[in-house]
Amino acid sequence: MAQAQKQSHYPNQTAHEAIEQRTLSVIVDNEPGVLARVIGLFSGRGYNIDSLTVTETEHEKHISRITIVTIGTPMVIEQIKHQLERLVPVHRVEDLTLNGEPLERELALIKVQGKGEKRIESLRLAEIYHAKVIDASVEHFVFEMTGRAREIEQFLTMMGELGLVEVARTGIAAMARGKADV
Amino acid sequence: MAQKMTGAEMVLKALADQGVEHVFGYPGGAVLPIYDELFQQDKVEHILVRQEGGAVHAAEGYARSTGKVGVVLVTSGPGATNAVTGLTDALMDSIPVVCITGQVPTHLIGNDAFQECDTVGITRPCTKHNWLIKDVNDVARIMHEAFYVARSGRPGPVVVDIPKDIQFATGNYVGPANIQHKTYRPKMKPEQTAVREAVEMLAAAKKPIFYTGGGVINSGPKASKLLRELARLTGFPVTSTLMGLGAFPASERQWLGMLGMHGTYEANMAMHDCDVMFCVGARFDDRITGRLDAFSPNSKKIHIDIDPSSINKNVHVDLPIIGDVAYVLEDMLRVWKSKAPQVDKPALKAWWKEIDGWRARKSLKYKQSGDVIMPQYAVERLYELTKDRDPYITTEVGQHQMWAAQYFHFEEPNRWMTSGGLGTMGYGLPAAIGAQKAHPNSLVIDIAGDASILMNIQECSTALQYRLPVKVFILNNQYMGMVRQWQQLLHGNRLSHSYTEALPDFVKLAEAYGWKGMICHKAGELDDAILEMIDTPEPVIFDCRVAALANCFPMIPSGKAHNDMILGDEVEGEDIGGVIGEGGKVLV
Ligand SMILES: Cc1cc2nc3c(=O)[nH]c(=O)nc-3n(C[C@H](O)[C@H](O)[C@H](O)COP(=O)(O)OP(=O)(O)OC[C@H]3O[C@@H](n4cnc5c(N)ncnc54)[C@H](O)[C@@H]3O)c2cc1C
Ligand SMILES: Cc1ncc(C[n+]2csc(CCOP(=O)(O)OP(=O)(O)O)c2C)c(N)n1
Ligand SMILES: [Mg+2]
Repeated sequence: MAQAQKQSHYPNQTAHEAIEQRTLSVIVDNEPGVLARVIGLFSGRGYNIDSLTVTETEHEKHISRITIVTIGTPMVIEQIKHQLERLVPVHRVEDLTLNGEPLERELALIKVQGKGEKRIESLRLAEIYHAKVIDASVEHFVFEMTGRAREIEQFLTMMGELGLVEVARTGIAAMARGKADV
Repeated sequence: MAQKMTGAEMVLKALADQGVEHVFGYPGGAVLPIYDELFQQDKVEHILVRQEGGAVHAAEGYARSTGKVGVVLVTSGPGATNAVTGLTDALMDSIPVVCITGQVPTHLIGNDAFQECDTVGITRPCTKHNWLIKDVNDVARIMHEAFYVARSGRPGPVVVDIPKDIQFATGNYVGPANIQHKTYRPKMKPEQTAVREAVEMLAAAKKPIFYTGGGVINSGPKASKLLRELARLTGFPVTSTLMGLGAFPASERQWLGMLGMHGTYEANMAMHDCDVMFCVGARFDDRITGRLDAFSPNSKKIHIDIDPSSINKNVHVDLPIIGDVAYVLEDMLRVWKSKAPQVDKPALKAWWKEIDGWRARKSLKYKQSGDVIMPQYAVERLYELTKDRDPYITTEVGQHQMWAAQYFHFEEPNRWMTSGGLGTMGYGLPAAIGAQKAHPNSLVIDIAGDASILMNIQECSTALQYRLPVKVFILNNQYMGMVRQWQQLLHGNRLSHSYTEALPDFVKLAEAYGWKGMICHKAGELDDAILEMIDTPEPVIFDCRVAALANCFPMIPSGKAHNDMILGDEVEGEDIGGVIGEGGKVLV
């Protein structure tokens, strides 16, 4: 490090701040390439994406809502928001985490294989976690589960011991609590 | 009223409606319909460059020297990829450029067709925005939007990619008046509470400094005027980044010279010790801040910027003001005049005394003795002998660029064109061609390095074809001097591949291109030679042989604070290797 410091013509990093997680809602024109712009911004500037979902939400106006869960220091998060706002097709960026924890839901499809005790145990846990059986045979279940990412993670950990073979997750849809809209 | 015409006709009509007089370009299969339309009209003049990279830099020089949008026209595939360096350069330096690229016909997109490339994909990260047109009825709207986006807010380059079938197809044209962009509305006018607070902070300052940047130039000549007025009213010292040179006159007493890595001692010391820093359209670049945790540790910072992402990017500021420099300064001046605040005169007097002490250190001093021309001396003489002609100066990248910034002095904005953010060797000659096209009767000089000039030397042909009498003044040290300087400083003087062996004979090279070639070896002959150069009506390459091993000082080495500069007269001979290690030769 000391050697690298001496030999670089770039300054060293001197600030070290704590990392936070934020959920951002990005309202964009649904035009070709808009998702590539958003993702390219994250990869190009070295930001993290923990989760990303996107669908058109207002068809007449061709407006899509991108929900991004990201982590960074407060300064980096501030940059992420401003950099997103610089993109020409971006209408606005809402930091849903600013006013308390937002409502967040994710849907997962979970396939579990097994027989006997393990099969029964997986069904019992699914009930507790409000996961629905949407496909089944004597040797497998496919559960559909909606919930917070954390709950899904917990459920998956348990299924891991009970024959989990496949998972498909949507990523997070999020909204701020309360009366106001974004 | 909508008019029927082909896509190619619409491109020309849109250019004319946008007031475009000059386009820099290079033809090819995918843009032939547009070239055909160019041929059949006379509102827009096309300047044929010799490589597409040259076209973008020429458009940048044109844009920076006029405040207008620079326009580029290139073909698909290699035409577009050759433009990428210039687009990135324009993005980093906030230069408005509209680049029109041809594309393979829509039904072939994605097929690896002849000269196909994913132009919007490749240029997405190096443009402010880009478009692929898929319907001829979108051509007019997108062309007008492209100009709007390129010049509004923080200016930048945009690409409009037009497939060949769209150029042939017929559709409706609409004029610019009927187009409003859906989402993009940069904020120009500042919050008045912030303006009032800024005035109060400035008025209360005991050790203030104006730190100005390229944003003042971007904002237009009015911003420079307002900056001068506010500076005079307050009496505060002014420094500028490389990109902002000319916004404040170098001849004023309040001018401290450029700041940053190769800035003056007084500018950097004043930045370090100030109590209120007034940043006007600059972006706290790493060449400026040096070591971040030691950057101006005791100051309150005010930051005017049109781009919210520039605020708090590198340095925390106490008072951000989002808006256009001219709007903000206008409001600040109004508030200042109506309140007529009492500045702390004794404190300011003491501050100036301190600054004058730093000035007395004469950090740009160098020794010119004997025949060998010192590069600093060459620039100084060039300045003295041309300053009355209101010249336009461009540069390449390297030591010569820094010497030009230090020893050429600017009184007006838009006279200085240099590649700051990207540091693109090969920028200066095409940029000079663009500036000369915009100012045909002015003296335009590219202060060049022997290595950089070879990167776009082919543009000599362009200058000849359009009778553009640019002057290329090469500070020929036979080294990639800037690289060598860093190798001496940081890599044990192992000069790995920084000596440019087998340089061409620049005089013959000039002559081969139909230019005049000149060479000067001796300090005593320099003035006469420079005068001969500027009196030559043709373009000239001037091979100015300078001291091969001179280095560029002052210098803040990386990882150091502003008050940790290396000054030229503290370095013995050419041995600069020990400077960083010992830390003993640095000044406080
Ligand atoms: C070899 C080399 C050495 C260098 N050494 C130095 C050095 O010693 N000193 C130095 O200063 N630079 C140096 N540079 C240049 C440096 O890399 C940066 O390009 C430069 O410092 C940036 O200048 P700036 O802060 O004025 O920003 P610019 O890049 O000019 O950015 C302008 C800022 O103003 C904002 N803005 C734009 N338009 C407006 C408007 N209308 N209203 C309000 N705000 C606006 C933008 O959002 C941006 O934040 C060097 C470059 C090279 C290649
Ligand atoms: C396209 C490009 N390649 C490489 C560099 C790295 N670089 C910066 S300065 C420099 C040397 C420039 O040499 P010259 O033009 O002779 O200028 P001098 O420093 O000698 O004045 C190089 C190679 C660059 N800035 N741009
Ligand atoms: Mg050189």
